[in-house]
Amino acid sequence: MKILVGIKRAVDYNVRVRVKSDGSGVETDGVKMSVNPFDEIALEEALRIKEAGKADEVIVVSIGNNDVQQQLRTGLAMGADRAIQVETGDTLQPLTVARVFKALAEREGAGIVLLGKQAIDDDCNQVGQMTAALWGRPQATFASKVVIDGTTATVTREVDGGLETLEVDLPAVITSDLRLNEPRFVKLPDIMKAKRKPLDVVPLDELGGHAGAAPATGRHAAPAPRSRGVMVGDTAALVAELKNRGLV
Amino acid sequence: MTNKILILAEHDGATLNPGTAKAVSCAAAITEHGGGTIDILVLGEGIDGVAAQAAAVAGVNAVLVTDAAHLAPPLAVNHGPELAAAAEGYSHVLAPSSTYGKDVLPHAAALLGVNALSDIMAVEGARAFKRPIYAGNAIVDVTVPDDVIVCGTSRSASWPTAAEGGAGAVQARAATSQRAAHTRYQGLAGAGGDRPDLQTARIVVSGGRALGSAENFEILYRLADGLGAAVGASRAAVDAGYVPNDMQVGQTGKIISPELYLAFGISGAIQHITGIKDAGTIVAVNKDADAPIFEIADIGLVGDLFTVVPEIEQQLS
Amino acid sequence: MSQSEAPETERDVMEYDVVVVGAGPAGLACALRLKQLDADLMVAVIEKASEIGAHILSGAVIEPQPLDELVPGWREAPPPICVPVEEDELFYLGKDSRRKLPTPPQQKNHGNFIVSLGATCKWLADHAEAAGVDVFPGFAASEVRLTESGAVGGVIIGDMGVDKSGAPKDSYVQGIEIHAKVTVLSEGCRGHLSKQLIRQFELDQDCDPQTYGIGMKELWKVAPGKARPGLVQHTLGWPLDSAIYGGSFIYHLDGDRVALGFVCGLDYADPDFVPFEAFQQLKHHPMLRDLLEGGEIISSGARALVEGGFQSLPKVELPGAMLIGDAAGLLNVPKIKGTHQALRSGMLAAEHIHEKAAAEGFDARLRASPVVAELKKVRNIRPGFNKGLWRGLITAAIETVTGGALPRTLSNHADHAELARRADFQAPDRGWVDRSLPPRDRLASVYFAATEHDEDQPVHLQILEPEICTTRCTEEYGNPCTRFCPAHVYEMVEDEANEGAQRLQINSANCVHCKTCDIKDPYQVINWVTPEGGAGPNYQNL
Repeated sequence: MKILVGIKRAVDYNVRVRVKSDGSGVETDGVKMSVNPFDEIALEEALRIKEAGKADEVIVVSIGNNDVQQQLRTGLAMGADRAIQVETGDTLQPLTVARVFKALAEREGAGIVLLGKQAIDDDCNQVGQMTAALWGRPQATFASKVVIDGTTATVTREVDGGLETLEVDLPAVITSDLRLNEPRFVKLPDIMKAKRKPLDVVPLDELGGHAGAAPATGRHAAPAPRSRGVMVGDTAALVAELKNRGLV
Repeated sequence: MTNKILILAEHDGATLNPGTAKAVSCAAAITEHGGGTIDILVLGEGIDGVAAQAAAVAGVNAVLVTDAAHLAPPLAVNHGPELAAAAEGYSHVLAPSSTYGKDVLPHAAALLGVNALSDIMAVEGARAFKRPIYAGNAIVDVTVPDDVIVCGTSRSASWPTAAEGGAGAVQARAATSQRAAHTRYQGLAGAGGDRPDLQTARIVVSGGRALGSAENFEILYRLADGLGAAVGASRAAVDAGYVPNDMQVGQTGKIISPELYLAFGISGAIQHITGIKDAGTIVAVNKDADAPIFEIADIGLVGDLFTVVPEIEQQLS
Repeated sequence: MSQSEAPETERDVMEYDVVVVGAGPAGLACALRLKQLDADLMVAVIEKASEIGAHILSGAVIEPQPLDELVPGWREAPPPICVPVEEDELFYLGKDSRRKLPTPPQQKNHGNFIVSLGATCKWLADHAEAAGVDVFPGFAASEVRLTESGAVGGVIIGDMGVDKSGAPKDSYVQGIEIHAKVTVLSEGCRGHLSKQLIRQFELDQDCDPQTYGIGMKELWKVAPGKARPGLVQHTLGWPLDSAIYGGSFIYHLDGDRVALGFVCGLDYADPDFVPFEAFQQLKHHPMLRDLLEGGEIISSGARALVEGGFQSLPKVELPGAMLIGDAAGLLNVPKIKGTHQALRSGMLAAEHIHEKAAAEGFDARLRASPVVAELKKVRNIRPGFNKGLWRGLITAAIETVTGGALPRTLSNHADHAELARRADFQAPDRGWVDRSLPPRDRLASVYFAATEHDEDQPVHLQILEPEICTTRCTEEYGNPCTRFCPAHVYEMVEDEANEGAQRLQINSANCVHCKTCDIKDPYQVINWVTPEGGAGPNYQNL
């Protein structure tokens, strides 16, 4: 079985994001870029499934210009077998990305498409769901546990009400939540090995190009800062204020 | 063009989730731009009670009820196609930005061939919205082209619960989909433990180094249990060893957005504030009137937490 | 990690001809030059920062000549931040006043460039990688590997995934050994392996103690129109009294950005002095306040720097290894520049390795080079300030006019020994003001350094004799670590286990790797060791 893992190049989670003064976007000049943390978790899970003997190949996929090769090499250093760069200079909407994963899943005959539940840049949380819809295959999002058993997967999902369990037939789409695993550290010799692993470049158009009308993105703004509220004199006044606002 | 809005109801089979009524507020804001109607779609089995609750939300025009056995578990592979089918003729489809809404809505949007908007926090026009990106560190304006259905989830912390007192017409709607055979629902288990999860709790009670010891955190646990709240802590309290690392709120801990955040003995370093900047209401109790947390607290009280916490507990019980 | 409970299995080994420790200007110049001289050499650069440049903090105005040699044609594709210097200004500040002073010849910057050294290193690392150097950010060289003959034979990479108590976690990965014929130490000021080797091989036997300064820097985006790209300003005077050596830099970049920083000698005597507070006070001088108001901080950080110069230069070679850049101590204090020295020493080291395939002879070669000649010429200027600002300026004038030809060499003293006991010191009234500009405190400043350490790892600030902290140090100095650390790592807090007593709390996750504590602690009981690779600040364009 092959597992297809999506890894997005995103602003590192340690970076304090600043909106550009002209509102045209966020400042990315000289900013550290990394693999989206949820995708790193997805890749870790795929590697563990393979190491447990339940998959034969882990393929990392990223979409973008040549900069994404850096993240693909990181994925290869973590242990993926090969990489695919879907080449485009455009920023893509989730529906287009989903169509790319569907096309690649079919082309590769993937048993699992494993994605992060969301990217920490645009925070969309849509691609996995859309991929499952377009592909007509099971959708197990927000996974905190994945057990593969032959042709099925049992997935524990982190939902608001607790932990939901689904049993799905493979092939299926699974998206990772934070608690699924703790990704491994990359080993130094593996960075060298990763340089020699195959990395294919596929033009976006070959996989269907853009899909759906893209919403127009306008001005970016910093969130309004929180301001000083009211000071109360004693506990009774505090409790009254909470009751007044319907909070308790 | 008049807006025709469909909202996907979230429920547990018996009770309508408050996220639905918040989505109604978001929809009402859309109807301020060109008028329109708001309908609610309830999917499930044996859901007349839920439908009645949905009909009672102020501003609701009609409640469409699709009652079918295969819709009983809230599976996206079954609810998504049903929502997509029901969306025909609507200008907007909304869902709460809960794990359910985020699971189902993008699935339906893909079937409709449109992109979706996650976490709508403000409505600027019938097709113009604001949504947070980069964990709320930037807010972006987005406009949906005219010829497509607007699909989006409404961010819970941004919208008030719509009032009751509505009288929507409840209508049965036949299911158009069949059970997806490839997916089997195995059940839902509580999160384990008595307290809600820190990341999803509606109320969070949090303590800092001023608590002084692990034992003293007991008073916060008691207060939290009375409120049905989760318990968090500042990094200083974690570093001092009063509580485990997974309770840490802030830059290097958890980023949370509860409706109510009660901070006791937390000074409010910027690293901590980063973790709660999207909370609905922040309450701060601190001995030090100059503590930075008061600069961002909605309600502040200068006082000794060891006096205040038991008083709150007593006055609420 | 001797106390580690981690399994003692054979470590994986990677073989290189040369391993360079630290991807600063010196290390990268050395690595790149090596590949230029011999494309077949196997060269690795190890860097503890999560990415190249993330632990680099400098002014920086640089002299371009060494770059012309190292990266021909670089002016056509310069580093991302690179603004030609247009004008130099030097001010003496009073609390509310300023007086323009003539710019000393060493500080004339015509033809120089203002850069972000962090961004420049990233740029240089790309050149090195393109030339075939293996650059490994995110890996810390935690120990030196000694061969059977007692020579340095490479380094050992720190283990990853070790918990607070030293036990392996699920994510445990054993660090590998990197074997190399020559190990080049370019860790910068007070590198932790360099420090060990200098002691172990007695490299400082024949020189004065090294002296240091602490530099703090903030990158600001100022209100549109306030920055004058290419303007280089330096100040002396307020907020420091004349007994403390120090001053500030204000470098105007493009895009409404201004880099400002404050440096003071770590030989100050006042046990209650807080360098961070002095920097923040400086920002409230009218000249700076006007510039900064309405702007925002983009990034901030701190780093110790070497000031000892010629007299304090240790022997820079030992069997199997050599020291370059600020790990050796090559900064030119009167010029307020070290990058050109770092680049030059790196290239020289490369040429030496290329010719000799060994470290032997590098010390003599460096001392015979323009790198050390430059230091010798200005050797008396910095120690002249040991007698205060005014006498220092007079010495500086004499030494500058004579070009350092007078047959005298003033000596340096260890910084930690200069700290006065509280009972023996009367601090002057500093007249410091209430502040309004961000950051409000050191914790907020650390936020802008984006520093990050997994909290479940061994504390990397080792206290060798912990009982001193709560006894002698409290009595004699009032725990100055709580004040000289710019990142609020050290705090005295109530000891829960011992009512009425205090204990030292080490917030090691705040650490910005500046090394000031390792230098200034009066008892020399703080030992800075490298934490897990990839940890530490994430400086943006500093």
